[in-house]
This record gives sequence, structure tokens and C-alpha cells, in this order.
Amino acid sequence: MPASLVQNESILGIDVGAAVTRAVLFDVVEGQYRFVASGQAPSTAEAPFKDVGLGVREAIRNLQSVTGSMLIGPNDNNLISPSQPDGSGVDAVVATISAGPAVKTVVVGLLPDVTLQSARRLAETTYSRIVETLDLSDRRKPDQQLDNIVRSRPDLVVLTGGTNDGATRSIQKMLEAVGLACYLMPEEKRPMILYAGNQKLANDVQEMLGGHAGKLEISYNVRPTLETENLEPASRELASLVVKLRERQIKGVDELNLWSGGHILPTAYAQGRMIRFLSKLYESTRGLLSVNLGASAATIAAGFGDDLTLSVYPQFGLGENLANLTQFTEIESIMRWMPLDISSNTLREYLFQKSLHPATIPATKDEQAITQAIARQALYLAVRTAQKDFPANARPAQADLMPKLDLILAGGGVMSEGASLGQTMLLLLDAIQPVGIMPILLDQNNLLSLMGAAASRNSYVPVQVIESGAFIGLGTVVPVLASANYGDQVLRAKLTYADGTETRVDVKFGGLEVLTLPSGQTGRLSLQPLHRADAGLGAGRSGSVTVTGGAMGVVIDARGRPLQLPSDPVRRRELMKRWSYAVGG
Amino acid sequence: MLAPVLHVLPLTTIVRERTLPIAGKVSAHMNQRVSPTDVIAEANFAREHVLLDVARTFNISANAADRLIRVKPGDRVMQGALVAEGKGLFAQAIKAPRAGRVMVSGGGQVLMEVGDARIELRAGLPGVVTQVIAERGVVIQTAGALIQGVWGNGRIDNGLMVSLIEKPDDVLTADRLDVSLRGSVILGGHVRDADTLRAAADLPVRGLILSSLYSPLLQNAYQMKYPILVLEGFGALPMNSAAFKLLTTNNKREATVNAEHFDRYAGNRPEVIIPLPVSSEPDEPNVYETFAVGQTIRMRRPPNVGMIGTISALRSGLSELPSGLRAAAADVKLENGETALVPLVNLEVVG
Repeated sequence: MPASLVQNESILGIDVGAAVTRAVLFDVVEGQYRFVASGQAPSTAEAPFKDVGLGVREAIRNLQSVTGSMLIGPNDNNLISPSQPDGSGVDAVVATISAGPAVKTVVVGLLPDVTLQSARRLAETTYSRIVETLDLSDRRKPDQQLDNIVRSRPDLVVLTGGTNDGATRSIQKMLEAVGLACYLMPEEKRPMILYAGNQKLANDVQEMLGGHAGKLEISYNVRPTLETENLEPASRELASLVVKLRERQIKGVDELNLWSGGHILPTAYAQGRMIRFLSKLYESTRGLLSVNLGASAATIAAGFGDDLTLSVYPQFGLGENLANLTQFTEIESIMRWMPLDISSNTLREYLFQKSLHPATIPATKDEQAITQAIARQALYLAVRTAQKDFPANARPAQADLMPKLDLILAGGGVMSEGASLGQTMLLLLDAIQPVGIMPILLDQNNLLSLMGAAASRNSYVPVQVIESGAFIGLGTVVPVLASANYGDQVLRAKLTYADGTETRVDVKFGGLEVLTLPSGQTGRLSLQPLHRADAGLGAGRSGSVTVTGGAMGVVIDARGRPLQLPSDPVRRRELMKRWSYAVGG
Repeated sequence: MLAPVLHVLPLTTIVRERTLPIAGKVSAHMNQRVSPTDVIAEANFAREHVLLDVARTFNISANAADRLIRVKPGDRVMQGALVAEGKGLFAQAIKAPRAGRVMVSGGGQVLMEVGDARIELRAGLPGVVTQVIAERGVVIQTAGALIQGVWGNGRIDNGLMVSLIEKPDDVLTADRLDVSLRGSVILGGHVRDADTLRAAADLPVRGLILSSLYSPLLQNAYQMKYPILVLEGFGALPMNSAAFKLLTTNNKREATVNAEHFDRYAGNRPEVIIPLPVSSEPDEPNVYETFAVGQTIRMRRPPNVGMIGTISALRSGLSELPSGLRAAAADVKLENGETALVPLVNLEVVG
């Protein structure tokens, strides 16, 4: 149905996360869609509940208690839909899901540097853990390949290979190996297969694999030519397969799918869809970066014009995978963010203990400090890993720096439940280490992915909800790059407010300066770098820019890029306290 | 708000499904009384596969190769048996490299499964078979004490439980493990060195029930052939008082230590079962409840991790915690006499 015909419907968004389930109401207020309220409850995908419906209903009841209108029938415990004249019920439901174990995935391609990389990137657009790879350079015997696939007990096989006018014979060999492996698995454990290779082989794929796959989907080739990569059609199919897999794995997902009339998406895919949409809507020239750090995964979505890089890393999630975080990073790399004097063993034990009870939250200040230190390193790793797949035109001149961006949008449990907005801002600056002048927004109610799901039902929802100020503006960040010693003056800045008043500040290298500029206001920021420092206008270049306000105002981050922390732990902790104090403690 | 339940129960009905990972043959029958070590089902599976490429070896087409293949799917072949034979005066032959079974043949290739392995599924707990699941396993019911843990090394065994723990924060060391404990299930405290795990293996013991484990010992723990079950977690954590009282009062009783991995989606978790005689069947425990005043709870997160307490009040709305976070919370009266404001997600009901 065209969006114009359904534009007045109320929409209930439900996001089932690994730790928290959220119910969000979007409705039309004064002719525009608005975020009305949200309710949340612990997720119930895991034992002992093993039914997402329990957490969903509790989240909706909590939403009811905020709005005062009934959404769940008191007698039958079912959703009231469509909305009733007495104000109860909703017209439509959209849903996203990130709960569930990491999807064990086998990726198959022909050339290790070409189609296998595309297969890997495609698999990383969802909650995958790659357990086996297969390509032409593989020196194992065919029967060893077969046995390794069977032993890895995959949930999913992502098959790519060949350009549309390219190789067929080599791909057939791969298909044979995958088909035989599937044949050897018990029928109820056979993986779902997504084929996104040479389109000439679509019929052969259907014939060879159709009878042996848990489900087979054939999508457009991710590499139609050697030079072009197009992941979007295949990632859409992959998103749909993952929802089907979750229906198979977790009770209650099928009911949610029914409620939403099929408008259920993996959370990360919906997040990526929104970033692509926003990147086009606001004609972003440099790029938008969205980061989401939750219990199930760290998700990085970066939109550069029409290009979207969507990367999902369950290994960097802050839930059950925490026990394995030290497989991807040294414990000392997490310790560097620690403002407390604790031993690395204490931290290691914290990681293991938290992985046993992923839904628990820090109750003390010390626990919160440890959680934030781990979150910094997890997000740092996720952003750095995703950055390797950014398009060539978005790669910075210096490999260890981020590209310049137009906007950063942050969400996920650790952000939305952060103790203070200042701490959240500091966490983002430390982990992302952005370059260039840009605003940072916080998706405190985790609306982004739900708007991505709602967009397929009603394209007005995301535009109008965003314009109504659904995100919290944390402020504008001005990073300063300089070759200087700690304490050297690197910048003179002047902020001129709309009423003509001014604030001036001399910025020293290694420090953070916060200039008050409330949300909804703009100001003119004049920057005069010293010693060829770069405050976003080029090395040694002075100038002025219009900046938007936010909860933290304008934050000048003169700590350098990449951020170098002192190796002496006492000095490091002292600096961290100082930076924390600068953003409000 | 819904509350997960941690079972620390002196007497309850325990119903457990025990199934093979693949289809096999179930040997137990309905109403059969089983002991923990009884084999209740078994299955055979191939460890490896061998792919013989006849077409490639003979350098002929797949169709031509298919005509030379002398075996068919399902055939059992001995090592050296003829699989395919070429034509001509000096005909080549392809022989089975190992004994096995032909799985598929076609397209000029033969796939064999080799290296037969057998899985034997043991009952794991004493009780009565109340349901047979065709080709997979059984459901077993028993009555007794049930104590759930948080981590297990994947093994299962049973034996006489001997308590070496005198207070909840005791440390179990290798010098406490003497030969008189051979074949026992040891109830210990915290283990912080590999020597203790090795000493237990040397006896050998039939299981270790621990309050906590030093996390660098995880790999050692996985390597042990006996079950290791951890009740509280990692680091030097004392045993919760409910489990401590229940386990120590059952000293010198037969106990089954099922140290299976905590599978948070399937719901399997490590547990100790102490079978007890009953005149009438006790109720099965709830797996979850709704938080309510008066419930006994266990703290899942610092401060006071593992401590038992009672919910004295449920706060309405969200409360600000000392960490600065806001969450649904309860006032909890702890067993040390203190009262604490605790987020509900950090609690589990004991029952």
C-alpha cells in the first residue's frame, strides 16, 4: 500500500535484543509521526524462559504503563490490533531482532582476495561467526574440506564465485563439496544456503543444492564483474534467511513475525538500511557513521553516498562473547582504558563472570568504570576492523586515522544506559577517535533500527521522527591533530553565540575543552591553530565554521590522533580522571 | 518483572531429557529403572570420509567413469576392495584405501565413510524412564536434591560425595586430596592452581564440585577426564550459603555431577543431583517466577556476588543505582544483615 494511504496508522516497534527487549510507540501527533514512548524488559530468548514472547509482552506492558492506553488484551494476552475507538491497540507492528547465538557460517568463494572477501563481507552484514572458508587456493583434499564443513556444523553457507560471464567449472566443484557436506548432515541440522555467485549457474545451484539445504536462496551476484561489488541484494536475502533461522531456533519469533506481517528484520540490517537512507537524504558528502554496541554484537554502519559498509561483530559484543574477547585483543589493551588501579587478573575474571550473566548491569561506580573500559576497547576494535572495508574514496591519507565524517550516531545498551552523557561522549571519542569537525548524536531510545524496519511499511516514519528530535545531540566535536608536547598550546578558539556574546579558549595539547552551546542553538566557531596543528580545516589553517549545540556543547579534543596514552599507569589514570572531569565527571 | 530461578532444592522432582546428538538406537525402555552409568542409547557415526575421483584417476568422462564403478551406496567394503576397474589389457583399478561404507556414487566419484566411531549415551542420573524418544534417547525422572551451577567442563559421573569444605570461602589444595578419596565426588571451595586439578586426576576422583575457579585454569579444567562443576563463577568467590548448607548436609551421599556446558538457548546447565528416597512425588520446581517481596534471592553481580538475601521491597519505576545507572530495582536484606538497593536484572530467585 502506498505510504500516503497508511500514514496515519500508529506503529508499535519491537526490538528483541540479547539482553533487553524494547517496545516503542510511533504515532501521528499534529500531522507528523513522533516517537511517543518506550517500555523495556529483560529479553527472554534464553533459558530459563526460552520464549521471546514473554519479554515482548512485558516490554509492551511497561509501555502501556507510560502511555496509559491498552495494547495487550487483559484476558487473552494478545496484541490489540488495529487500534480501537477507545484508544487501545495499534495499527501496525514492526520488529527487529539481534537475540540468538552467533550464526555459524561457512563462506565459499573462488579467489581468496576477490569473491571470498565479498563472501566474508556479506556474511559480516549479519550476526555471523565464520567457522570455515573454502576457495580455489585451498590445498586440502576434497574429502578433508568435506569433513571440516561437516564438523563445523554450520547454520549458514554463503556461496559466491565467478563474475556473471566468468568461471563455471571451478564453482561447480565448490557446489559439489558443499552439496556433499550438506547431504552428510542430519536432515534437521542442514544449513541454510545463500548463493550469490555467477548467475549462469543459478539452475545448477538449485539442482545440486536444493534438495540438501535447510533452505536455499539464490540472490544477485555480489561480484557481477571483477571490479564491482554489490552486496545489497544479497544482504537483503541474507537478512531474510537469518530471520527464518531465528524462527527455527527461538520460540516466539514466529509470532512476532506474524504480528508484524513479515516486517521483521535483523537489527543490524535495519540499522544499515537507515544509514544508507540518511546518507542519501542529507546528501552526506563525507559520510555518516553509526555505531551500536550491545550484548549480542558491535555493529558498525558507515554510509558514504550510495555505498554502505555494514559490519556486525558478535565477537565484540558485551554479552556472552566477552569471555572470548582476549582472543582478539591483549588484556593490556583493555587495561589502558581503566581508570581504576586493578590487576589484569581481576579484569580477566570480570570478563568471564560477566559472560555468565550477560543481562546483568553494573551496580557500583567501579563496576561501571570497568564496563566502560571494556566497551571502549570493543568499540575501538570494531571500528578499526570495519574501517578496512570502507570504500577506497573514504580511506584517509594516514592509515591509522579515521576518515573525515559528517556525523556520528551512537546507540546500543552501553550508550543508552551510560551513567552520564559526558561519559558517553568521552567513550565515543576514545574508541572512535574521529577526525574532522562533526556533530555526535545519541540514539538513547534505540530507535534507529526500528525506524529502519518501519521505513518498509511507511517511508514517512523515519524522516518525521528524526526531524522531531528523536536523537539526543551530544554536541559538536572538534578534534585537533598536532605534533606537539603535552601542554603546548595548539589552538585558539572563539565561539560566537547567536546573541553576539563570545567565549574564547586557549587549547593545550593533551587536553579536552568544553564550550557550552545548548541543544537547538548554533554558533560560529573561529579556529586559529598554532604550530601547524589541524583543527579540521587543514594543517595550520585558520577559519570559522557554524557549529550546532548539544548536551555537551562544543568539545575540542586536543589529545591528538591516534590517541597516545601514557605507558605509566599512574600518569594514565590521572589523565583519564582529568578528561572525565572535563566532560562533567 | 520475570525472574530466573536458580535451583538449590533439598527435595524435588527432577525430569531430564537425555538424547543423542544424532539418530541412533535407544536401548532403554519405558518404566525402566536406570542408574547413572547405564547405557541408554547408542549411535555409530563416521569420523571421516574418503572421496574417490574415478573419472579423474582414469582421465575419462564422469558418465564413462560411472560405468566402471563396482560398488553401490550402502555397500560395506573392506580395505583393498575393488571400487572401480578400468578396461583393457593393462586395466587400472581403484581400491578402497580403508574399510568403510559407500555413501554416494555418481558423477564419476565415490564417497565412502570410514573410521566408524560409537557414541554411548549414559543415563547420567538414577531414576525411571518416563518417555522414550525414538532414535534419540529418553526422559528420566527422579527425586532428590538439586543444586545448579554456572560452569561445567562437559563431563558427567557419579560417586560418593565427600565434603572437604569447612566454610564457604575455603580454598581446595592438592595436599587435601589423599588416596582415601579415590572414586569420590569431592566438594571443595575455590581452586587456584593446576596442581589441585592434576592431583584429583591422579587419584582419580569421580568429580569436583567447586565454589569457584581461577580463570587461567579453564583449559586445564577442560582437559580433565572427570567432571568439574563450578557453582559461583571465576575468581575467588565463596560458595553461596544455600548451596553450602545443602551440599554439606548431604555429605557421604551418592551424588551425580552433570558438568555439562551451560547452553543458554537449549537451557542445559551444570547441576548436582543427590537422589533421595521419597514416599510421594514432590512438585517439579518452577524454572522462572515473577519477582515478589519475601523471595530468597542470590546476587549475580558485585557487590556481594553470590550472597543470599531476601527481597524486602520492590521499588516502583526506575531507581538510580550507585553506578549512576537507572533500573528497576529492589531493596534486598542480605544475610550479613545489610540492606542493599539491587537492580532486578542482577538477581535470581533461589528455589
